[in-house]
Amino acid sequence: MESKAIEKEARLMKGNEALAEAAIRAKIDAYFGYPITPQSEILEYFSREMPNRGGIVLQAESEVASINMIYGAAGAGARVMTSSSGPGISLMQEGLSYIASAQLPCLVVNVSRGGPGLGTIQPSQGDYLQATKGGGHGDYHVIVLAPASVQEMADFVFDAFRLAEKYRNPAMILTDGALGQMMEKVILPEEGSLPKKTPEWATTGKPKWRERNIITSLFIQPEEMEKINLALQKKYELLKQEVRYEEFQTSDAEVVLVAFGLSARICQKVVELGREKGIRIGLTRPITLYPFPEKIINRLAKKIDFFLVVEMNAGQMLEDVKLSVNGICPVHFKGRMGGMIPSPEEVLEEVEMLLEKHSISHDMEVK
Amino acid sequence: MNDITITNGLEVVYKRPKTLTDTPFHYCPGCGHSVVHRVLMEVVEELGIQEKTIGVAPVGCSVFAYNYMNIDMQEAAHGRASAAATGIKRVLPDRFVFSYQGDGDLAAIGTAETIHTVNRGENILMVFINNAIYGMTGGQMAPTSLSGQITSTSPYGRDTQKTGYPIKITELIAQLPGAFYVTRQSVHTAGAVRKLKKAFTAAFEYQKLNKGTSFVEVVSNCPAGWKMTPKESITWMEENMFPFYPLGDIKLPPKESPSKN
Ligand SMILES: Cc1ncc(C[n+]2csc(CCOP(=O)(O)OP(=O)(O)O)c2C)c(N)n1
Repeated sequence: MESKAIEKEARLMKGNEALAEAAIRAKIDAYFGYPITPQSEILEYFSREMPNRGGIVLQAESEVASINMIYGAAGAGARVMTSSSGPGISLMQEGLSYIASAQLPCLVVNVSRGGPGLGTIQPSQGDYLQATKGGGHGDYHVIVLAPASVQEMADFVFDAFRLAEKYRNPAMILTDGALGQMMEKVILPEEGSLPKKTPEWATTGKPKWRERNIITSLFIQPEEMEKINLALQKKYELLKQEVRYEEFQTSDAEVVLVAFGLSARICQKVVELGREKGIRIGLTRPITLYPFPEKIINRLAKKIDFFLVVEMNAGQMLEDVKLSVNGICPVHFKGRMGGMIPSPEEVLEEVEMLLEKHSISHDMEVK
Repeated sequence: MNDITITNGLEVVYKRPKTLTDTPFHYCPGCGHSVVHRVLMEVVEELGIQEKTIGVAPVGCSVFAYNYMNIDMQEAAHGRASAAATGIKRVLPDRFVFSYQGDGDLAAIGTAETIHTVNRGENILMVFINNAIYGMTGGQMAPTSLSGQITSTSPYGRDTQKTGYPIKITELIAQLPGAFYVTRQSVHTAGAVRKLKKAFTAAFEYQKLNKGTSFVEVVSNCPAGWKMTPKESITWMEENMFPFYPLGDIKLPPKESPSKN
């Protein structure tokens, strides 16, 4: 019976559409967005579905407007989201900084494309640093989740709102054009499984029995601003308990690949191919990019020969891996940029080349 | 805080509305902002909508408007007050929502938001304080600065050939079908204050009709930024601002729609 019900819910969907459908099931109150490839299906999906199923969809005049509409609506206690890609996400950074400072929950989806500049509409992971290090001005962080399948594009909408609302912090789903555009089987999250209540701090109109609610990011006295900063830092410390990652064949590995999102999908194949060749290779996939799973990487560093970080950028998560490893073992990097996707074969070749280098230096040490 | 009650047989005829906190205004002596705050909050009190009103403060001298207005408020990014107000109004359509912005905020950095908010006919009140200068940052040229006006970034007088012309954003947005009620007022005399109060009252009443944006410009002064005494600033405003920014209604709701519910 039960499996039949699940069977019924399994659908073949594009990543962007699965994400939008999940958001409707997460009962978002409003979506504000502006078209940009490769994520316009999200706005289109809401425009098609929301009028019949409830919720507000508004095509804003720009991403600057979208993110500030998000600020207003989130401040009014609503569950809200926006989505964009590269250039649009850059335009949102001031707003995100305000949202983080005012401690408002919301979801921002970045279906990344290759940059810098107008770049290309092909998939990229070049926005890792922007996403995980704050992106806008000031000391703040956004919670960042990186899906690696259409299924996770849907599931992480729920996870993102759960975390955003628990910590009163903006959350981001950092994905890419390939995951947004590709079709896969997906079992959609169940409607109503994410409870919702209007927060007591929201500006919903001041009843007589309470003081007025104020949503602001202005704390003009430095003493007060520092206090706010300390509170934010404490929150980010607490956030570490939400770290998520996935390990694949790492228990006996000598070489561990570290990759997120689409790169992790590719690296899973690399591990399979490597194992066929008798290489003891595994994969660690950070699921939360912020907070970053530093502990597991540090632990692995003590028992493996080396890491190979694989990304579709010039080496951005590489920095976090190196910080986590803290010099315990070598950390190498293989990346493609500008919308190019590394093939499993070229990554494996890199692994074999590195293995050879390491065994030579190992031999020399033994002698 | 407790209201002061006068017991020696005198009647209280003028007092702070409950919609204002008892925090002293930080505004410079003679500045129009505090008068506009008060008039706006008097209207909110008199209409009995304190519980249903949400305001959005800008970045500018009135960035701290929420310290004085005793209602739920948000402080938006520079230029984005009407976008934030849109977000609030869309998720809380039965509330009264207003944005409050200076000329730099509304007519320079936030021009796109201003035009598109009105073009969508968002059912909000947009309050626009035009003092022809950037007050908060120390008196730089604003998009509304008059031709020849001396500011810290136009020390030889605004040269319209090089810096553009003073923008009549209010006339501009009045052209948009989403604008329901557009008026230009001032607060330099008691009579002007009464007119502004009428305009705010009408604007809140119109908000119930769901027919579009109400836009109230207040031509105001900036004694500190203009480097004048408050009195001189009033005279300068009358002689220079009013001829270029004439007071009065610019767009009235169509006759057939009832102005009062
Ligand atoms: C993105 C951004 N750019 C610039 C500023 C600096 N800034 C603060 S207020 C202001 C101008 C305010 O002038 P106006 O809107 O006319 O209001 P007033 O202070 O005269 O009431 C500027 C440029 C800022 N806070 N944010």
